[in-house]
Amino acid sequence: MSAILEEILAQALKELATVSDLNQLDKVRVHYLGKKGLFTLQLKELGNLDPEQRRSVGQIINIAKEQLQQQLEACKERMEASALAARLASESIDVTLPGRGQSVAGLHPVTTTLRRISKIFASVGFTVVEGPEIEDDYHNFEALNIPAHHPARAMHDTFYFDAHTVLRTHTSPVQIRTMESEQPPLKVIAPGRVYRCDSDITHTPMFHQVEGFLVDTDVSFADLKGVIYEFLRAFFEKDIQVRFRPSYFPFTEPSAEVDIECVMCSGKGCRVCSQTGWLEVMGCGMIHPAVFKSVNIDSEKYSGFAFGMGVERLAMLRYGINDLRLFFENDLKFLEQFN
Amino acid sequence: MEQHPDADRLRVCQVNVGTDETLQIVCGASNVRIGLKIPAALCGAVLPGDFKIKKSKLRGVESFGMLCSEKELGLAADAHGLMELAADAPVGVDIRDYLSLNDVILEVDLTPNRADCLCAEGLAREIAVLNKMNWSATTVLNTPVTHQDSLAVSVADTMACPRYLGRLITGINASAITPLWMQERLRRSGIRSLGPLIDVTNYVLIELGQPLHVFDADKLTGSICVRWAKVEESLSLLTNQVLTLNTESLVIADDAKVLALAGIMGGSETAVSDQTQSVFLECAFFAPLAIAGKARNFGLHTDSSHRFERGVDATLQTRAIERATQLIVEIAGGSVGPISEVTTEATLPARLPILLRKQRILKTLGISLADDQVIEIFQRLGMAIQTQADEWLITPPGFRFDIAIEADLIEEIARIYGYNNLPSSSLLMRSELCTATEAVLDIDRVKDLMVDRGYQEAITYSFVDEDIQQAIAPEMEVIRLKNPISSELAVMRTTLWCGLLKAALYNTNRQQNRVRLFETGLRFIKTDDTTHQQKMLSGLALGDVYSEQWGEKSRKVDFFDIKADVQAIFALTGCVAQFVPCPQPALHLGQSAKILSHDGETIGWLGMLHPVLEKKLGFDCPVFLFEMDQNLVLNKRIPIFKSLSKYPSVRRDLALIVKEDIAANDIINCVINSAEATLQDAKVFDIYRGKGVEDGSKSVALCLIFQNTTQTLTDSEIDAIISKLLTLLTEKLNAKLRD
Repeated sequence: MSAILEEILAQALKELATVSDLNQLDKVRVHYLGKKGLFTLQLKELGNLDPEQRRSVGQIINIAKEQLQQQLEACKERMEASALAARLASESIDVTLPGRGQSVAGLHPVTTTLRRISKIFASVGFTVVEGPEIEDDYHNFEALNIPAHHPARAMHDTFYFDAHTVLRTHTSPVQIRTMESEQPPLKVIAPGRVYRCDSDITHTPMFHQVEGFLVDTDVSFADLKGVIYEFLRAFFEKDIQVRFRPSYFPFTEPSAEVDIECVMCSGKGCRVCSQTGWLEVMGCGMIHPAVFKSVNIDSEKYSGFAFGMGVERLAMLRYGINDLRLFFENDLKFLEQFN
Repeated sequence: MEQHPDADRLRVCQVNVGTDETLQIVCGASNVRIGLKIPAALCGAVLPGDFKIKKSKLRGVESFGMLCSEKELGLAADAHGLMELAADAPVGVDIRDYLSLNDVILEVDLTPNRADCLCAEGLAREIAVLNKMNWSATTVLNTPVTHQDSLAVSVADTMACPRYLGRLITGINASAITPLWMQERLRRSGIRSLGPLIDVTNYVLIELGQPLHVFDADKLTGSICVRWAKVEESLSLLTNQVLTLNTESLVIADDAKVLALAGIMGGSETAVSDQTQSVFLECAFFAPLAIAGKARNFGLHTDSSHRFERGVDATLQTRAIERATQLIVEIAGGSVGPISEVTTEATLPARLPILLRKQRILKTLGISLADDQVIEIFQRLGMAIQTQADEWLITPPGFRFDIAIEADLIEEIARIYGYNNLPSSSLLMRSELCTATEAVLDIDRVKDLMVDRGYQEAITYSFVDEDIQQAIAPEMEVIRLKNPISSELAVMRTTLWCGLLKAALYNTNRQQNRVRLFETGLRFIKTDDTTHQQKMLSGLALGDVYSEQWGEKSRKVDFFDIKADVQAIFALTGCVAQFVPCPQPALHLGQSAKILSHDGETIGWLGMLHPVLEKKLGFDCPVFLFEMDQNLVLNKRIPIFKSLSKYPSVRRDLALIVKEDIAANDIINCVINSAEATLQDAKVFDIYRGKGVEDGSKSVALCLIFQNTTQTLTDSEIDAIISKLLTLLTEKLNAKLRD
């Protein structure tokens, strides 16, 4: 390579090393490789050489030119990469800041509990039925084998509108209404608000119950026990101990009260279970023949069971809520805990 | 006993506690006196409430114990002075032994059907049955009759009173003291000692379950009659309450007056006292239906009415009157007369044999029991059993008046066999596929939508404060509870807003400045004397539209924010709802809309709480509310497919000048009602007032989308359509195209 050529290349590489942006880079390119660039001029001068020399000198110039071109390319890539890196750096944000927009709220724990109960029973074909809350005496009491002056009425502190109209004291009237209009087989749950004229630390004048019942040709107490066991285990998602105690409801016979092993202390005894290790969670029994009679279902042919549970009670046990009254104060600080 | 040198009310006593030397105890009770027998707590004793007795000095005088009242011993809730023991009480004996306090009190929570266990004997019997133990009934000795005087007894209604027994006992010492053992047993059963005659009747009630009554025989006139009261007859009760009776009140009367409310309570006029010398002892069986509800009608509830309402063993009366006689004579002496009895066998509860079928046991309990197991259970229960082929005839004893049908017997088998020993099976039954109703949206989906849009679900009481409801919904007739728990929960809600507003206030009073709540549930309205229980969906929003967030200027929620939430629900159902301006008493006149269905049916309301109510209820910022009828809102449109157009759609924007009173909806409806087939969509995208638009008018920017299903729309076609629409808009709404 001629001394001049070497000098031009060295000069070009030197200039390239000092280049700091794409603009300068382009100037370098034009200065050496442009139409009037130094390498171009060198190539133009080839014409003055004899053909022998022309070929070898031309080759040398092209090699030098290529060398420079490669360097220019590399330099360009470097500069583009660093420009992108600079842009990314300038656009970076604090990703730990919260997202914006509408916040999501939540369902009331009673609704959540009702939904879980319904889901469990729906999985074996129970349908959900609702009924009126202002109920007549017949459906709330009479048809359920609780005639006027029956002592069991004293257990239901009833809200009255007049002698024949009450706020339903339980969801059992839905059982009557369903059996009046539909024929067995029946598999129904009836969730809803119920009312008792009672208000203190452990009672609110309104609360929620789920009544369930099943009527078919061969339903026995064993089926009832099976359903209750399975339900409670599904609800608490735990293989808890369950026991049945004899009890009395005018609309079922035999009647039972169902206890579960205390979910707070696993049956060891604590304040919640009054040191007994057991918690009363629901009442149930085989539908009383008198109830079948009131809805014209032949109790010789059909039998059935019914059960009823307090939703707040189950929600309290499930979520460890210690005060019933919280359910109806609607304090956001309470409600939002269940979101 | 000496006066304390430094305290007027203290006495320094030398007390004989049964040891060689007396003990010095300082006492402040006013009834302390020489010779009195009293309980003394010695040093080292621990009294109820973990109160340890130690040697101490009271105002400089040493005291080696404490003389006790009933309260201090935990025997009574209240006491005046020291507990005075009987003069013959032995000195130095442990008071726990003397009063037999080493005892266990069982609290029994009885179901209403088992009134046979409302007495010691019934409980003993039941415990013995359940535990396969033996038990023995109280031995009752018939006291010899020593005079022949008696009162004639007549029963006017033998259905109400199938059996009435009475006898005269004369020459009684009514001031005799009830023995300590009886007093203590009564006290532990929650009954106060009221003299030997009353104590005995109460004792027999607790022991055998039979209510009895004693009349002062000297205050009776003529014969005894069990009858219904006459209109306006009155009776002064033992409690001094004077009742005005009616023909539904069963009474015990003599020839002159009403003596007692049968089976409930006696009258004051013929009550026994410590002056009483002769008594007429009554022991009856009243039919539960004759007594049920009667006590409550007079605001009464007595041990006697509690039992008669639930049932008393109709075979018990002779034994009970003999037991009471025996105890009265033992305690107060007296001469016993013959029993006058009026029994009507035909009206006594029938004890008929009940058929129990083997297959029915299997069907009900899911278990087949061996015959001898069944027989053994009923024998233990004291029932007479007669075996037949595949069935039994079982007759319950008198005290099991709750047993009447086969199901009752099967329950007894289950109970005695043990509920937890009965089998449990997995549910197997016929199932039908359920329908998947598509024309009705599930309310749960709407609830989830509300939650996702930031509304917290509330559950408020269905009964509300009448004043608040009156303010919110003055035009609605209310349904009033007869026996509300308080005036704040006295009427049924006619709108869910009452509860939501109260809940919102509860939260704003607790430093919450952003509240979004919704509730689903019934409202209760009355029209033309008919009660309607309507399922509603209601919401409330106040404060910032979003919870406070960085990088975004906070903004208060407004009408259009909650309208968007309401419209989102309609987006789920695919139904078109219209929002028309309409005044509503609870809402701001200029910011309230009635929500109408496609057919013009009122679905509900939406708007800003009226500023007057806002202030009255105690809010300090605007509150937005909506309420809709669930049944109407959940109607879902089942989609019907329309083929897609292959041709491009065209958008044209129009700026229209209209008068202020022309609503956006009027313009949209006008365009839509033009029946232009190619019009796909019409939307308002801007409202402008100000420069270039004269006062009282506004410029409405309208976007129209056209598309044809068969060919591409040409410019000239679209121009023709636009011109047609503009003519229509000018005709109907006096709209002008903005220059």
